[in-house]
Amino acid sequence: MEFRNRDIVSIKDFTKDEILYVLKTAKKLESRPNPSLMKGRVMASLFFEPSTRTRLSFESAMTRLGGQVIGFSEPGNTSLKKGETLWDTIKMAEQYADVIVMRHPVEGAARLAAEASGVPIINGGDGANQHPTQTLLDLYTIQKAKGKIDGLNIGFLGDLKYGRTVHSLATALTHFNSTLYMISPEALKMPESYTEELDRKKVKYYEESDLMKVIGKLDVLYATRIQKERFPDPMEYKKYAGVYKLDKSMLPHFKPTLKIMHPLPRVDEIHPELDNTPHALYFEQAGNGIPVRQALLALVTGRIK
Amino acid sequence: MTGKTLKISAIMDGTVIDHISAANTFRVAEILNIKGSGNVVTVGMNLESKSLGKKGLIKIGGRFLTKQEVDTIALFAPEASINIIKNFEVTQKFRVEIPDIINGIIKCANPNCITNAERTKTNFRVLDKNPLKIKCHYCERVIGKENIELI
Repeated sequence: MEFRNRDIVSIKDFTKDEILYVLKTAKKLESRPNPSLMKGRVMASLFFEPSTRTRLSFESAMTRLGGQVIGFSEPGNTSLKKGETLWDTIKMAEQYADVIVMRHPVEGAARLAAEASGVPIINGGDGANQHPTQTLLDLYTIQKAKGKIDGLNIGFLGDLKYGRTVHSLATALTHFNSTLYMISPEALKMPESYTEELDRKKVKYYEESDLMKVIGKLDVLYATRIQKERFPDPMEYKKYAGVYKLDKSMLPHFKPTLKIMHPLPRVDEIHPELDNTPHALYFEQAGNGIPVRQALLALVTGRIK
Repeated sequence: MTGKTLKISAIMDGTVIDHISAANTFRVAEILNIKGSGNVVTVGMNLESKSLGKKGLIKIGGRFLTKQEVDTIALFAPEASINIIKNFEVTQKFRVEIPDIINGIIKCANPNCITNAERTKTNFRVLDKNPLKIKCHYCERVIGKENIELI
């Protein structure tokens, strides 16, 4: 499979085989770390918008493979302030690096950057649009915990309307044969453009607002934060904040093998008292960002075929 | 029928855009920027039409449309037909057709799309022709007919 020089912009660009290939490569790198695989290679880390997890895990992934990292973690000190276009910034960065990882607040920025750049672009999030490496690490997490991605009952909980990670993961899951349970308040339901796609791909899914009605069926529960910044009216936010709270009182209802995931940061969707139960998978999930991003870095630079 | 023939043959060389649904006539005129051109132009509104009830018609002397112009007309008046007139004869007649890819004609309706932030050509894939639904190549947003706007 040819990944060399490929841009990682959108999960929609991936076939099922390509997704599985990335996961397989990640697994190899996790079981047999290779601290000199990216020796002599430079990754530009261009964060036009701050991000903790994504930036740190990319930089850690590259460093642990023996590569070097250059870049910025917010646009404050860069020539962007002087009005430089994204196109020009990328044209400059490609001269200095073998691969560019970027996050940008404007949707479609990564696609445009990929057109500007001669070296591969990896999208670390473009506004509300795509965050493909998050989706790949989510899939990796499910596969690692469950041994498979097919044939599972996967619940999505919380803000399914605005949650980018949920949209991308649901899109990726259309390649697999799992059943999806969309659990959200009516006002935060998954947008039709996504459910239409699930219909088109004949994915079995249910929409439900009462978590307790479906909790016992789930193998995986992907919880999300209800994002305050999405609500112009604080009263409206208050209405939905804390609608779903996972805590110890729910343990008797969980399948013993239920795994809870969360893209983090969490607010109060998951009580810390669940952190030490076998259900908690969210910190391991964040950790899985390392092998998955290492796999992508190595594949697009041609260090692994 | 005689009336129709007369109208079409009234220009020596040029283009007749026929079967524009009445409501879209001015939109098409706007697309072709006929105000700014020095060509002889006739605009007919609310003409009788068997298929559309009322239709619009635009005749432009001495001008032949580019593919981009025809594609743009298709987006706003998908029922329109184009007649190319040479030496008073209709030499070519065809229905406009919505292309599969729309390059650079329209604006992305998502204000937070990179094409609205940085000077770059827009690009859309047509998902559905009726009703028209397109998807931005950059921000991946799906846009319905009601939000389609010319650049």
